Amino acid sequence: MRSLLARFPRAGFASLAAGVLSAALLSFGSGAVDKPAAPAPDPRPLQGVASFQSVSDKAERSRALFTEAAKVITDPRCMNCHPSANRVPTQGDDMHPHVPFINAGDSGIGSGGLSCGACHRADNTTLAGARLIKSIPGANPWLLAPHSMGWQGLTLGEICGQLKDPGRNGGRTLSDIRRHMSEDHLVGWAWHPGEGRRPAPGTQQAFGALISAWIETGAECPS
Amino acid sequence: MVYSVNVNGVRHEVDVDPDTPLLWVLRDVIGLTGTKFGCGVAMCGACTVHLNGLAVRSCITQIQDVGSAEVMTVESIGETAEGRRVQKAWLELDVVQCGYCQSGQIMSAAALIATNSKPSDEDIDAVMAGNICRCGTYPRIRAAIKRAAAEGI
Amino acid sequence: MGVLARDLTGDVSRRSFLISAALAGGGLVMGLRPVGSAAAAETAALTPFIRIPPQGPVQLVIASAEMGQGVYMGLATLIAEELELRLDQVEAVAAPADRKLYGHPVLGDQITGGSVTIRGFWEPMRRAGATARALLIAAAAQQWGAPAASLRAESGEVVDPATGRRLPYGALAAEAARLPVPEQVALKSPGEFKLIGKVQERIDTPAKVNGAARFGLDARPPGVKFAALAICPTFGGALKAVDDARASQVKGVRQIVKLSDAVAVVADHTGAARKGLAALDITWDRGPNGALTTEELERRADAAVEGPAVVAHRTGDVAAAEAAHPRGVEAVYRMPILCHSAMEPMNCTVHLRPDGCDVWVGTQVADRARRAAAEAAGLPEDKVVVHNQFLGGGFGRRLDHDNVTLAVRVAREVEGPVQVVWSREEDIRHDSYRYLNRSRLSVRLGPDGMPASWSHRVVGPAIMDRFLPIFFKDGVDLDIVGGAESPYDIPNKLVDFVRHEAPVGMLTGNWRGVGPTRNAPAVEGGIDEAAHLAGVEPVEYRRRLLSKSPRLRAVLDLVVERSGWGGALGPGRGRGVALLQDFGSFAATVAQVHVDASGRLTVERIDCAVDCGVVINPEIVRQQVESGVVYGLSAALYGRLTVADGAIVEGNFDDAPVVRINECPAIETHIVASSEAPGGVGELSTPGVAPALMNAIFAATGKRLRSLPLAVAELQRA
Repeated sequence: MRSLLARFPRAGFASLAAGVLSAALLSFGSGAVDKPAAPAPDPRPLQGVASFQSVSDKAERSRALFTEAAKVITDPRCMNCHPSANRVPTQGDDMHPHVPFINAGDSGIGSGGLSCGACHRADNTTLAGARLIKSIPGANPWLLAPHSMGWQGLTLGEICGQLKDPGRNGGRTLSDIRRHMSEDHLVGWAWHPGEGRRPAPGTQQAFGALISAWIETGAECPS
Repeated sequence: MVYSVNVNGVRHEVDVDPDTPLLWVLRDVIGLTGTKFGCGVAMCGACTVHLNGLAVRSCITQIQDVGSAEVMTVESIGETAEGRRVQKAWLELDVVQCGYCQSGQIMSAAALIATNSKPSDEDIDAVMAGNICRCGTYPRIRAAIKRAAAEGI
Repeated sequence: MGVLARDLTGDVSRRSFLISAALAGGGLVMGLRPVGSAAAAETAALTPFIRIPPQGPVQLVIASAEMGQGVYMGLATLIAEELELRLDQVEAVAAPADRKLYGHPVLGDQITGGSVTIRGFWEPMRRAGATARALLIAAAAQQWGAPAASLRAESGEVVDPATGRRLPYGALAAEAARLPVPEQVALKSPGEFKLIGKVQERIDTPAKVNGAARFGLDARPPGVKFAALAICPTFGGALKAVDDARASQVKGVRQIVKLSDAVAVVADHTGAARKGLAALDITWDRGPNGALTTEELERRADAAVEGPAVVAHRTGDVAAAEAAHPRGVEAVYRMPILCHSAMEPMNCTVHLRPDGCDVWVGTQVADRARRAAAEAAGLPEDKVVVHNQFLGGGFGRRLDHDNVTLAVRVAREVEGPVQVVWSREEDIRHDSYRYLNRSRLSVRLGPDGMPASWSHRVVGPAIMDRFLPIFFKDGVDLDIVGGAESPYDIPNKLVDFVRHEAPVGMLTGNWRGVGPTRNAPAVEGGIDEAAHLAGVEPVEYRRRLLSKSPRLRAVLDLVVERSGWGGALGPGRGRGVALLQDFGSFAATVAQVHVDASGRLTVERIDCAVDCGVVINPEIVRQQVESGVVYGLSAALYGRLTVADGAIVEGNFDDAPVVRINECPAIETHIVASSEAPGGVGELSTPGVAPALMNAIFAATGKRLRSLPLAVAELQRA
């Protein structure tokens, strides 16, 4: 009798990521589930880079730019998947423990048996008739930030230090960080989080611009 | 729109809207009622099936996302080594009471032991917390998973 | 219903006699078939409970509904024991709706609830098995020309030990069905039991691990369509208007059915029906209760505590005792609105035709379902057939048949069979609720610290008045006051009842453990408070009050022995105990908890010792104890529904959470070996959980909680 693993080698834990990605990729090109409607007026805008020109001291301007960008970084849409104490994501604007309990494990995509992808598909899924939860978030891929990138409970200064440290930020240069923040699809989910969920402030474009400007001004960290 | 879906090794053509949950395709269109409806919002796990060996909640997996993936339901899980061991342990340890949640429990458990031959209590919690049982079979589920896992070593 | 403990013993033997008398009097009445060569090839019915085909498994017709509690196995075991069949030679089938043949001997209707199945059918099922055995032996005796007394039945065959000749039941049944039914049959003595008392694998479970078992939601009559349902959210409201323009465009949607208080979208599959339902624009007439809130309902329940009240139980003179003993415990215990949340949402499948009606459903009340369907369909009862399925959990929810009535009302507008599927949201928002309850307790202590008086005012709805009026007497709902007087030997007792109903339009009903569940927190919390006031250890205090209750004392002693009670636990940890005598059985529960520095509660372990008399299958008793514990735990931790704008607020497992495996403590069951008459087990372990936890929390923290769900927030404010 063949084992599940023999029939579905991609179900093996070591290739779980590949499995999740390829299952997710099956939907590529089939059309987004939630076609974004015409963008709603931005309820919580981010201040533009230009509005910080008046801060003459470059280091101070750098810190101010980061602090503005941190409105996104500390928004629940981002924070919920950046836990620091353990590998359990949080949920909701009040950041309660994820229901049902899920441990994303070292892989960040769950363990063999229950991956994040079991419920979080490649796109947001609208739920007919639901009250509190109108949609289940989805993105390709869907995963928890690694241990080293845990942010919950950290000060802005500590988060800033982590972002700049190649030993903790996935070996990224500042340029990589800029590209990640401005262009990454999962980061971008924060602004299209699905029905019933409040997006992060501003837009990914505005966020990316702030990060760029922060880097250009020396990537200073708040204390 | 017509979708071709592979379920338990058999190909079916189904003519449904793209956002139709796989759960209803299985239960109502194809007629495989082993997979159950419990909540419709991926909170209870009763709808768990496998897509290419990975556990997913079919109540929120849309038919347009399934593509050529092999769908396996509880009706066929006994054809896999893990599924068979789980079913055997389930019966030996008298896990089942009303049984309504057990299709989903068994599918989640089979996926768990396929990738973890010695699950700890924490491992079991991490996977099985998504499957609700109202009859209180949790202690026996825990014991049966450990037995099914051990028999595979 | 706990009240049945008092009623069952006398009535059972009387009813058993009635069944036997009917069997003796008229074979035709009880479904015995006339013989003929055609009939010989058919399945022969020996009593309404046993159908023997020429080949293959013997069908045992099970009068009770299988909802996980193991009645298929329990009743099949009783019949098979006397009928000398192995369990692999039988299959259990659901009884049709027929209260005359399959009604519960004491309840007088076909009802599965109150933990009464085994108590009611213990003798009748054995008698049915023994009767059929006698008939089969008589048929063999006739065929062989041998005296019946010399023949034996074993493992599905009648055997002549003298010659070794044997005939399988299948070859004898048609002949046996023609023979006169004996008036007296001998039942086995316990020493002869081959099945009863042994651990055996349940016969219903193999089909439940491979998807084969059929629940109500799995009924698939050919051509069935699927309907998603929206019921008016406010209690007593109505449907005002529906704009179905968008819904009609959804692929697969066939029609929209509008009822006075609900709307259903009928489609080719449930997905299309749910999508269509979500696309409806519905306007509800909120009705007279449209502004109700939780605060208002709680206020009304609290006000009701003042009375007026009807006396339910009185011994001695409480007024005098209270006057003489001013020191004591005065407490009000508060219980929230609970729903059942069985895993299978409510549903019903109906095929209504001008000349008849088929109903597929999982129900605890098959005959009431039939009557309700007949009434809603405008058909005579005998034109309605109810096909009872496995229930995906009952817990008392499926003691109501509102799902059947609604489905028939929908089916009246639909051609062909239609399955009406309730969403989880509809299931939670249209439950048959355990309504708000209050208990006001006054326990006065004598100079020795032991209770001199016990006064318990029970406030809540009179469910029995609607559900089973034989248990509503002189203004008292006999179930809701069940156990309110406590099992303790206290000289002066008063229990009175204030009838406090839910708003009209809000269905209230039976929730696992019924009266005993709602009384246990006040009773076992109250006695614990008294013990503390008296400065006596809680187990010892109870023991001193149980001199007249040896079986209750015995389970208390057993649970104390096995749970580690009295052993050191360290800071933040505590144990609590709770006793229960009801359902014809006895239970003692110990809970061990840990409350950490931030006030977070962990339930570490629950021990439950039970005495349920003769045990038919010890593993099923253990399963039911575990089941009742987890069900009670879930409600104790999370159970609470709120009301806003005249409607239930919660709707799914996100806002009406239940216990999951990662929160489930170790559960240890300890069964007292007993040869007493069998008692009920299905609800036995639920009542003790909440009070054992409340008492454990007190032991761990010194905080006394008197309302449910356990106010964890209160703990955290310490």
